Amino acid sequence: MANANVKPLEVVFWLAALLPFVVTPNYLSLASQIAITALFALSLDLILGYAGIVSLGHAAFFGVGAYTAGLIAKHYWVEPLSGLVLAGLAAGLLGYLTSHIIVRFRHLALIMLTLGFGLLLLEAANSASALTGGADGLQGFRVPAVLGFKFDLYGTTAYAYALIVLFLCFLASRRIIHSPFGLALRGIRENATRMPAIGAPSRAHLRKAYTIAAVMAGIAGALLTHTTSTVSLEVLSFGRSADVLVILILGGAGRLYGGPLGAIIYMVARDQFSGLNPQYWYFWIGLLLVAVVMFLPNGILGGLSAFRKKRQ
Amino acid sequence: MLSVKSVNKKFGSLVVAQDVGLELPQGVRHALIGPNGAGKTTLINLVTGMLAPDAGQIVLGGEDITGLKPEARVRRGLARTFQINTLFPQLTALESVALAVLERDGHAHNWWRGLARFGAEVDEAASILQSLNLQKSPHRLTRELAYGEQRLLEIALALATRPRVLLLDEPAAGVPKDESAELFAAIAGLSSALTVLFIEHDMDVVFRFATRIHVMVGGRILVEGTPDDIARDPRVREVYLGKTGTDHVSFRKPPLG
Repeated sequence: MANANVKPLEVVFWLAALLPFVVTPNYLSLASQIAITALFALSLDLILGYAGIVSLGHAAFFGVGAYTAGLIAKHYWVEPLSGLVLAGLAAGLLGYLTSHIIVRFRHLALIMLTLGFGLLLLEAANSASALTGGADGLQGFRVPAVLGFKFDLYGTTAYAYALIVLFLCFLASRRIIHSPFGLALRGIRENATRMPAIGAPSRAHLRKAYTIAAVMAGIAGALLTHTTSTVSLEVLSFGRSADVLVILILGGAGRLYGGPLGAIIYMVARDQFSGLNPQYWYFWIGLLLVAVVMFLPNGILGGLSAFRKKRQ
Repeated sequence: MLSVKSVNKKFGSLVVAQDVGLELPQGVRHALIGPNGAGKTTLINLVTGMLAPDAGQIVLGGEDITGLKPEARVRRGLARTFQINTLFPQLTALESVALAVLERDGHAHNWWRGLARFGAEVDEAASILQSLNLQKSPHRLTRELAYGEQRLLEIALALATRPRVLLLDEPAAGVPKDESAELFAAIAGLSSALTVLFIEHDMDVVFRFATRIHVMVGGRILVEGTPDDIARDPRVREVYLGKTGTDHVSFRKPPLG
C-alpha cells in the first residue's frame, strides 16, 4: 500500500518554507507568488499526475477564482476568507460542468479541448469589459487585511496567508491521494481499459477529480487577487496554463511535492534570469526545461527518487 | 446462470458473431475453442459490454443486461480476464486487487479516509493473492512481476469482484506449457459455485478441465457438447485437421491426474 506516514523530508520541506520570513524578508512578495503557483501546480497534479488528464487550459479555473474574488471585493465586501471559499466554489462549478465533456476524451483531443475552453473563457472575459475591466484588468478595490492582519508592503501577511492556504490544500490533497479514491485515480492513469472490467465507474471518478482540482485552482486564483488587489486578463491566459504544466513536469508529476518544488525552481529562476537578462530570460527557462526532460524524464523528484533507489 | 441469445455483430461487412447462443448453467466449466479469428474474444467483449451487439440478448441470472455498461455488469457478477495482460503496471499486486475489492464494496469514491482504514478490504485482497499462490511479493509493482505471476494477477483482479460468472480469455496465453498446468490447477480449484468459461488452444488442457465445450468457427457456434461428443464430432475434426491443417491436435482425452 502507498505509504501514508509523514516522512522526515516532508517536515524539513515545510519548515524550510518558513525560512523566507527570516532569511529573505525582502523577497516575501515573491515567496507568496511561489506559494500561489505551487497551489495551482498541485491542483494540476491531482488531474495530470494522478488521474492522467492532460490539460492545457487549467488557467480557466485559476482565472475564474481570481475574478470571483476580485468582483466580490470590488462590489460587495473585502473580507477575503469568504471570498476564497466562493471563488473555489465558482471554479469548482465550472470544473464540474466542463468535466462532463472532458472525461469523454483522452490524449491529443483532451489537450485541444482544454486549450479551447481556456481560450473561450479568456476572450469572454476580454469582451465582458463592463464586468471584468477587459484588457485594463479589474481594479479599484483593495483587500486591506485577512483575519485582522494587514497586508503590508513587504508581503509578510501575503506570504503567511498564501502559505497557510497552500498547506491546508496540500493536506487535503495528501489525504485524497492516500484514500481509496486516490488509488482509483492511479488505476485509471495506469490502465483505463481495465477499470470498467473491475467494476469501476471511471468517468464518475474523473469528474470528481477534475472538480476537486478546479476548486483548488480557483482558490489559488483568489489568493493572487487578495494578495495583489488587482486582477488582469493574464490570470486566464494560455501562458499561465502552459507555465503551470511546465512547472509540474519540471518538479515531477504524480508526486505531490513536484508542483511546489517546480514552482520554487521556476519562479526563482525566472526572477533571477529576468534580473540578469530582462529580454531573454525565456532562453534560460527553455534551456532548463530541455536539460530536465533529457536527463530527468520524470522531473526533478523522479530523478531524485531513482537516484535514491540506485544507492540502496 | 449466463445466457447469450442470438447475438449478432458485424464490423462493416465482416460478420464476427452470427446468431451466437450460449447457455452456461451454474458451476460448469465451459471451454470455448476454435481457430484464430473465429470470434471468441469478440464474443467475450460482447458479453461483457465492451462491444455492443447489433442484435440479441445477454441474460445474467435471469436479468437482461444487454443495455448495461461494462462496469454495471461487473457489479452484477460478470467478470473477465484478458488475453493480453491488462493490468496496472505501476500499482503493486496488493494495491491492484485491493482496488478491485474497494470498487466492489463501493468504497472507491471515498476520498477523505486513508487506505489504512480499510483493513478488511486489504486483508481480503491479500487472501485472494494467497489463494492464487501470489502472496510472495504483494508489495512489488505489477510490472516487476514474472510473466506467469502477471497472468495469475489477471485472474486475481477478476476474482476480487466476487463474480458469479468468470470469463477467462486464454488465461495461459504466453505461458510455457509445463507452467500452464499450474495455472489451470488454480482455475480448477475455484469455487464450484462459480460458472467459468475459458478460451484455450491447448486441447490437452481443454479436455482435462472442461465439462462442456463450445466450438466456434467464423463467428458462429459450430457445435457444443461434452468433451466426448466434441472429440468424436467429424465437423470439429474437419475444422482442426482438414481446413487449417497446421494445428496438430490430439483428441484423446488424457487421463485425469
